[in-house]
Amino acid sequence: MKARVYVMLKNGVLDPQGEAVRHALGSLGFDSVEGVRQGKVIELDLAEGTTEDTVTDMCEKLLANTVIESYRVELM
Amino acid sequence: MKVAVIVFPGSNCDRDLAVAFEQAGMDVTMVWHKDTELPQGLDIVGVPGGFSFGDYLRCGAIAANSPICKSLIAHTERGGFALGVCNGFQILTETGILPGALRRNAGLKYICRTVGLRVENAETAFTSQYEVGQVIDVPIAHHDGNYFVTDEKLAQLQGEGRIAFTYDDNPNGSVADIAGVISKNRRVLGMMPHPERAADEGHGGTDGVAMFRSLVDQLASA
Repeated sequence: MKARVYVMLKNGVLDPQGEAVRHALGSLGFDSVEGVRQGKVIELDLAEGTTEDTVTDMCEKLLANTVIESYRVELM
Repeated sequence: MKVAVIVFPGSNCDRDLAVAFEQAGMDVTMVWHKDTELPQGLDIVGVPGGFSFGDYLRCGAIAANSPICKSLIAHTERGGFALGVCNGFQILTETGILPGALRRNAGLKYICRTVGLRVENAETAFTSQYEVGQVIDVPIAHHDGNYFVTDEKLAQLQGEGRIAFTYDDNPNGSVADIAGVISKNRRVLGMMPHPERAADEGHGGTDGVAMFRSLVDQLASA
């Protein structure tokens, strides 16, 4: 089985990379872009039967820094 | 006076930090990240700058989970002293020993230059040889030095006098110009600037020397 973990900077935490991408899109003429947030996707290959709780534990302990980041787990 | 400097794969300021401690008269042992115990009878642990584990995932995140860090956390919980510089500061926040987190610099560029640091608290073992408001010249060299804490935590840090240094001219977007923070018991300092790179005439500046001398004096009289 696989899990996919999405890690994003929390709302309210400045995302300078997202801002740079927004500026770049603007200068390409994409005037409709009002905001960009850049995050990470982490794919995990897991032994069958691994629970979502275990993946959540991985996020809390390592995959995300919950001071500045939020995360979402998707089991596949 | 005994110091241990932790070496991670990718540390590159470990020897500079060791030399700065040695020049202040301390006895330094280098400790590998896979060791599980710090040496007995330690006075202070140095967590050096560099790019531990290639900055993979987040700066300091993997180092913070290495075997020696359990021992480092226990050392600080017992009231031991620690100094984390640059990547060392990132590691201290990732372990939760110090609050907050270091984000990518607001200008997105890696910055390597000497900056003015304002001493905000001179009543710590690290800063007692400086004066409040004094501006010292210390180099920075980082890509992820943009310090973040929540407004609530910031108010707490300010109220408790836990901001050790601020930037005179904020280079990286840090909240409240913060360059270095100290633990509640005043025994752990984390800072992005490199005092060990301003510790010898050959460095072009010696404003960092007082930090190491200050530690020696404080620990000797403790």
